[in-house]
Amino acid sequence: MSPTDGKFRKEVKKLYYYISLIALGIILVMAGALYLALSTGKTIFDEPGETKEIQLLDENIDQIVNGVHVATGFKEGKGLMEVIQNCTNCHSAALVTQNKMTREGWLATIRWMQETQNLWNLGKNEETILNYLSSNYAPEKKGRRNKLDEIDWYNLENP
Amino acid sequence: MKRRDFVKNSTLGTITTLMGIELVFGKVIPKGYTPLALQDSDPFKLFNKDKGMTVLNDKPWNIEATAHLLDDKITPNSSMFIRNNGLLPENTEAKTWTLEIDGESAEQLKKYTLKELKSKFKHHTYQLTLECGGNGRSEFNPPAKGNQWTLGAVSCAQWTGIRLKDILEDVGVKSDAVYIGYHATDRHLSLNPEKEPISRGVPMSKAMQEETLLAFKMNGEDIPLAHGYPLRLVAGGWPASTSGKWINRLSIRNIVHDGAKMTGSSYRVPCEPVAPGKKISDNDMCIIESMPVKSLITYPKTGAILKKGQVLELRGHAWAGELSVSKMDYSIDFGASWTECLIEKPKNRLAWQHFSVKINDFPIKGYYEVWARATDSQGKSQPMLLPGWNPKGYLNNACHRIAVKIS
Repeated sequence: MSPTDGKFRKEVKKLYYYISLIALGIILVMAGALYLALSTGKTIFDEPGETKEIQLLDENIDQIVNGVHVATGFKEGKGLMEVIQNCTNCHSAALVTQNKMTREGWLATIRWMQETQNLWNLGKNEETILNYLSSNYAPEKKGRRNKLDEIDWYNLENP
Repeated sequence: MKRRDFVKNSTLGTITTLMGIELVFGKVIPKGYTPLALQDSDPFKLFNKDKGMTVLNDKPWNIEATAHLLDDKITPNSSMFIRNNGLLPENTEAKTWTLEIDGESAEQLKKYTLKELKSKFKHHTYQLTLECGGNGRSEFNPPAKGNQWTLGAVSCAQWTGIRLKDILEDVGVKSDAVYIGYHATDRHLSLNPEKEPISRGVPMSKAMQEETLLAFKMNGEDIPLAHGYPLRLVAGGWPASTSGKWINRLSIRNIVHDGAKMTGSSYRVPCEPVAPGKKISDNDMCIIESMPVKSLITYPKTGAILKKGQVLELRGHAWAGELSVSKMDYSIDFGASWTECLIEKPKNRLAWQHFSVKINDFPIKGYYEVWARATDSQGKSQPMLLPGWNPKGYLNNACHRIAVKIS
């Protein structure tokens, strides 16, 4: 028997020892879980109610219906998340979505907010945000006066 | 708010209860609780607004009426537009409210409690037209930046308070005084306490008018929170932004006030008319003072279908900033012909005037538009198309139009 054989046996014994210890640990944890399950009717695989609610909320936050981000009203598109993160801390998304501007106009608005309203430097997100805004909220062609629209017709009864 | 009212409200269990708690027991509520309720709730319940109002923006709150909601001769709170530049103040405790007067042209620094203001000076009541400078902005082309107001950022409520001139005279105004600048307790959107959301004002000549009030009542009751409780300026006929809300300091300035939204392009239009879309330097922009002549058909609501021969009973209001309305016309043929109609005298200077007419001459069945056009005491009328373009989309006083069908 060579000295290396002895060393090998020692290593194997050590391994057996650790494996037994881990197995014992697992058995104890499972027994504990079984006890909890039997005594409370719950298992450790049930998630607490609170966690579930938060997950539901998270799903809603990302929800997009008919191309519109439900929570904010923003149009779906590349850069949506950057816009939400940078543009809705101070003001409502509605202040963005009701406006229509050229890329130049949106840039001027960002600069104005940075100069007077404490908006931070947008860094590399600025390009993404400008692309998003100028493609989704661009001016529409209209004349000096639009036709009357969105009329809800009703029968007028005189009092 | 009276205790009895609070008890009544609390049984309803609505958000108005929270408002009651805030006003009455403000100090008892844990910090941060009420503002949360204020920001997250149904604005119609929160501010007691008609469900037909349009919310343009919820941070900050900007809510406008529709034309037919403004049918009352005296605008009730339920139909009054809200234009906020910042977040609502956190503390509006009337008992501890004070007003400071300072500025280069004040003879002395002086501080009044709200109670002193109410007891020391004579009270006056006027019905005053307040229209947002940007009312009608949504129609401009190229589009203008900001809340896209359509027609409903105008009101004419009855305001009670003390004359601004009375308090200015009590403090003493130096001969070099130029402007009054207001300061208030609303909070900047960035929550930076150093920044004011808005701090505008009026020149001395407007400040010294009899109808310019520091008001504490609206339509006979405490001013609603969103409209400036417990103390606000009311400068009728001028852009409503000059009528600062939640006022706690006034500065008598020896220069044109340079507070937030007084400078740059805010509440300014090109001094000389420009082509649509032109870039204009700040130096060439002039502060808006009196609002232009304008009118609104408040009855019937647009979209009315009448039977042939049925009389259309039309009515509405007209106003003209510092001036009065001397003539009112309507057209049922897209402006090709106009018919004059009755316009009442204003209840007092700077109050809107009511017009009414019975129209029974629709020649044949079909689609019509009724257009209304007011003319001010200097002979200026409302344009049928959009008036002069300006970068921020102010002063759109184009004729109001409603759609009518004769079936």
